[in-house]
Amino acid sequence: MSSSEGAMIPLTEAQCRSLRVLAALMIPADAGAGMPGADDDAIFADILASLGRDGPDVLAALDALDGMAGGRFGDLGPAEQEAAAARLQAEGGPMVLALTRAVAQCYYRDDRVVRAIGLEPRPPFPQGHVVEQGDWSLLDPVRERGPIWRQA
Amino acid sequence: MTDTVDVLIIGAGAAGGAIAWSLAETRMRIVCLEQGDWTKPTEYPSNGRDWEAKQLAEFHYNPNRRARETDYPINEDDSPIKIANFNGVGGGTILYAGHYPRFHPSDFRVRSLDGVADDWPIDYATLAPFYAENDRMTGVSGLAGDPAYPPKEPVMPPLPLGRSGATLASGLNRMGWHWWPSDSAIASTEYEGRAGCINLGHCTGGCAQGAKASSDITYWPAAIRAGVELRTRCCVREITVNAEGMASGVVYYDADGVERFQAAEVVIVACNGIGTPRILLNSVSGRFPNGLANSSGQVGRNLMFHPYAQIYGYFDAPQDGHRGPGNCIWSQEFYETDRSRGFVRGYTFEFTRGQGPVQAAITGMMTGRIPWGAGHHAAYRTLFGHRTGMVAICEDLPEEHNTVTLDPKLTDGNGIPAPKITYRLSENSRRMLHHAVARGTEVLRAAGAHDVGHEAPLAVGGWHLMGTARMGTDPERSVVNEWGRSHDVKNLFVVDGSVFVTSAGVNPTCTIQALALYVADSMKRRLATLFE
Repeated sequence: MSSSEGAMIPLTEAQCRSLRVLAALMIPADAGAGMPGADDDAIFADILASLGRDGPDVLAALDALDGMAGGRFGDLGPAEQEAAAARLQAEGGPMVLALTRAVAQCYYRDDRVVRAIGLEPRPPFPQGHVVEQGDWSLLDPVRERGPIWRQA
Repeated sequence: MTDTVDVLIIGAGAAGGAIAWSLAETRMRIVCLEQGDWTKPTEYPSNGRDWEAKQLAEFHYNPNRRARETDYPINEDDSPIKIANFNGVGGGTILYAGHYPRFHPSDFRVRSLDGVADDWPIDYATLAPFYAENDRMTGVSGLAGDPAYPPKEPVMPPLPLGRSGATLASGLNRMGWHWWPSDSAIASTEYEGRAGCINLGHCTGGCAQGAKASSDITYWPAAIRAGVELRTRCCVREITVNAEGMASGVVYYDADGVERFQAAEVVIVACNGIGTPRILLNSVSGRFPNGLANSSGQVGRNLMFHPYAQIYGYFDAPQDGHRGPGNCIWSQEFYETDRSRGFVRGYTFEFTRGQGPVQAAITGMMTGRIPWGAGHHAAYRTLFGHRTGMVAICEDLPEEHNTVTLDPKLTDGNGIPAPKITYRLSENSRRMLHHAVARGTEVLRAAGAHDVGHEAPLAVGGWHLMGTARMGTDPERSVVNEWGRSHDVKNLFVVDGSVFVTSAGVNPTCTIQALALYVADSMKRRLATLFE
């Protein structure tokens, strides 16, 4: 996957570990549906490479998460991680939007995910899509009502 | 480049392209300076798998997030509505949806009809032939016979109704409300060498197919063939004046950041409702200490957006999702003033289709409909492709305290002071938004939505930038006269949304371009006496 976001934002090993745990808590794997989690190797590599404009807010979110957890988020037990993530989601504001963008934009362009939600893994151009013309007789009652514009 | 040109246009967007093309037949030497680049069709997001991500980055409509080298920053901290624009050949039309409604006759007479704001110094009948000419140049899809308008003839059939349109139309019919296929600057068939729409579904990221009529592929090729010179990466700092108080040219920075001067007999500013007052206010001289063309003090005042309400619903049946142009149908049931509603003037509902997979996830997660964790996938499967809805475009009335000024600290890459926005939502707009959310919710419920949400005002919705160099016959209350010429500087013209007296309740691009053609026609008819 080519990144549209420019230069990589450098994360420390601990920050990477925290972000990966958080990504999995946001979008876990669903083996039954054939869907990886957002911590999947390929997807997470794409997330790291694509932070771009959201990088500073994502880093701020990770710092906030450590503060809420009372320690390094990535090193906590699962129950503590889940509690801290829930608190971040509730209180994080713009940081949560940045995190959500960073994770979702990579997760929902992964070939496996795209196929699993019923789409073809391809760009919109040049094939395009089919949209039915529709039933224009639906306009009949609007026509019957006559002009509504205001004379000036 | 100090040789004097006859006409210098600043800005190669919607208005700049239209006026350049129209004036080209005079055989005058016309040069346009554009601070951005041409955009190659292959650069548009829909060419790639990361099409949604690109629209969140280098094709984002907010210049502060997009932050390209060719963008200027905007201090918008003091506004609940954030600016949307694009800097490049085509201007805002690169990222616009292509909604292309005309103003109504009543929009030019708001003081006479409703006792608010001011009447325009021109009327619908004056603009009608220029609307028609602009429709032909642009290529407008639609359906004749809209009962909300005087007769007009679109040049192509309407865009498809699709699943979303049919769903919403059925709800509108249950309510007994007006609706009609939207006039769209999107080719529904091949038109003038442009390919027809293939439903890429990503108009607001730029159209790789070339079906959407951005002015870089409509007016500009024709203008350049007719002899207009367009220079990109030329960032104008100020308009200069001579001893007689006439505009003498502009100072600009080229692609290498080198300061240059271009002399001109006539200067036309076409930089939108933010960029135009920025340049005028930056053009300070002994004769014009408060900015050029600003003896009235109106430059930068009366900033109007269209406050938007977004109302959406989730349905059991699948909708169009990300397939097809966002443009679909509109309703002007609540367009004209009815004081029993608690506000004056009105709004248009523009019904859209749906979202791509990434946006569906982001909005679902941010509104709590799609949870983090175990329930994520089940919720996503239920919602993705099942959403459709509308925006309400509310008429914004001019208020002097809504302004574009120069930020005392913020500058662009060339050190040119950046604009600062100060904007308050009026009580009239608040009431209108409230009404629109309530009516929008009703129609979505009537159409079968089981879950309805809204955002009002839509924070990201500062797409329409108007009023900051208003048109009028009174030099003490307006910046340009009834044909776009500055009251103060007889060879200076403004042709973008800045000249709007009022905003109407529709997208402005069609009217901006029709006005540009009208100003060009006015200039051509007065060439021998242009400066009198």
